[in-house]
Amino acid sequence: METSIVKIEHLNKSFGNNIVLADMNLVVNKSENLVVLGKSGSGKSVLIKCLVGLLKPDAGKIILLGQDITVLNDDELNLLRKRVGFLFQSAALYDSMTVRENLEFPLRGEKTLSKEEIDALVIEALRNVGLEDAINKMPSELSGGMRKRVGLARTLILKPEIILYDEPTTGLDPITAKEISHLILEIQKKYNAASIIITHDVECARITANRMIIIKDGKTHIEGTFRELSEDKDEWIHSFFQ
Amino acid sequence: MGLVITIQSRPTLVQFGAESWLPGMVAVSMIREIAPVITALIFAGKVGSGIGAELASMKVTEQIDAMEVSGINPFKYLVVTRILAATITLPMLSIIADAISLYGSYIGVNLKNDVSLRLFFLQAFQSLSFSDLLPSLLKTFFFGFSVGLIGCYKGYNCKKGTEGVGIAANSSVVLGSLAIFIIDMIAVQMTSLLSY
Ligand SMILES: Nc1ncnc2c1ncn2[C@@H]1O[C@H](COP(=O)(O)OP(=O)(O)O)[C@@H](O)[C@H]1O
Ligand SMILES: [Mg+2]
Repeated sequence: METSIVKIEHLNKSFGNNIVLADMNLVVNKSENLVVLGKSGSGKSVLIKCLVGLLKPDAGKIILLGQDITVLNDDELNLLRKRVGFLFQSAALYDSMTVRENLEFPLRGEKTLSKEEIDALVIEALRNVGLEDAINKMPSELSGGMRKRVGLARTLILKPEIILYDEPTTGLDPITAKEISHLILEIQKKYNAASIIITHDVECARITANRMIIIKDGKTHIEGTFRELSEDKDEWIHSFFQ
Repeated sequence: MGLVITIQSRPTLVQFGAESWLPGMVAVSMIREIAPVITALIFAGKVGSGIGAELASMKVTEQIDAMEVSGINPFKYLVVTRILAATITLPMLSIIADAISLYGSYIGVNLKNDVSLRLFFLQAFQSLSFSDLLPSLLKTFFFGFSVGLIGCYKGYNCKKGTEGVGIAANSSVVLGSLAIFIIDMIAVQMTSLLSY
């Protein structure tokens, strides 16, 4: 039984002559929180967008949940995507739908579910992020932290085996940011899912990381636990932890 | 429009002593050309820009990406429905515009002459034939389709950033209007070919 959920090998991606990822390697193990740290514009978002096939890599191998996503056709890819959660930086809630409809959206096409089962799933997901009251609100009525929670609930509704967080705490006040970080930990336990958490928020990394990597020049620069990296003597690495 | 055209054409027709042709002439030009095209242009301005801006802002705020990663084909959900709606709505709007413009023209005629509504419509419909109505209705389907298609294309493929939304809305209108003129030209060629 393979224990790695994600395995990225020699991934290359550039836009024109802007080389973003160059020979990137990365492994995520079962039910592990991997934090990816990197400066703004270092290609962190590009990395996870390649992982779910939103962007096409130029070269390299991406094994997600045991399948090489670069060779899948659209239907196979969509099936695989249902097992992956993705929390966008902006939460990406559907403006024109209520919170309930937002959560029901990923369940479209699951024809075997009854109305009651869907309702139960929606309420369970909202309860797990602590937002049952907001079920009939519109996204525009929610605060930044609440939007992130709803976005997370929408991702959780499909019970993903791996969750990708794109800067989950960016743009939030320190207290809300901390709440979200702890929520990520809780979700990890409840759903027993692996996560990739992209961030440049050290506090978030400290709370959530089982293991971390730092990206530099389009590849994994260093890897280790939060402790190991925060005590590293290298000046460039140290600058992240101040 | 019907009113204005009626008032403006009257002097010319009076010169030829053909004032009684007024209802028929206006009806033909309104129904064949002016009502559908003007309606379509307004439609492109309002609906085309709306579709372009909406899809573009969904793109920019990653909502379209979010649909894609939840395993749902956003193209089917967002694009197909909008193009279908635009294709169906515009012909209906243009029928309403036909009716209103004919009534406007009736008022225009009655400013100087005294014609009953019955007589007016009798004259108008006498000069109209099925081959006027059908092609004009048919082309509004194509107008609606292209306005929807262009709005969706521009919105879906919009550039990153908020200015991308504005550009998408704007070019939806410009290209949509252009497409209307081009389709109109093709439609004229086709109908004249077919009627000989
Ligand atoms: N769709 C795209 N088209 C062109 N360039 C892109 C695209 N997405 C990202 N980039 C470029 O890739 C680089 C890394 O972006 P990103 O992964 O978003 O950085 P971050 O690490 O802050 O998330 C940036 O220089 C950005 O300009
Ligand atoms: Mg980013």
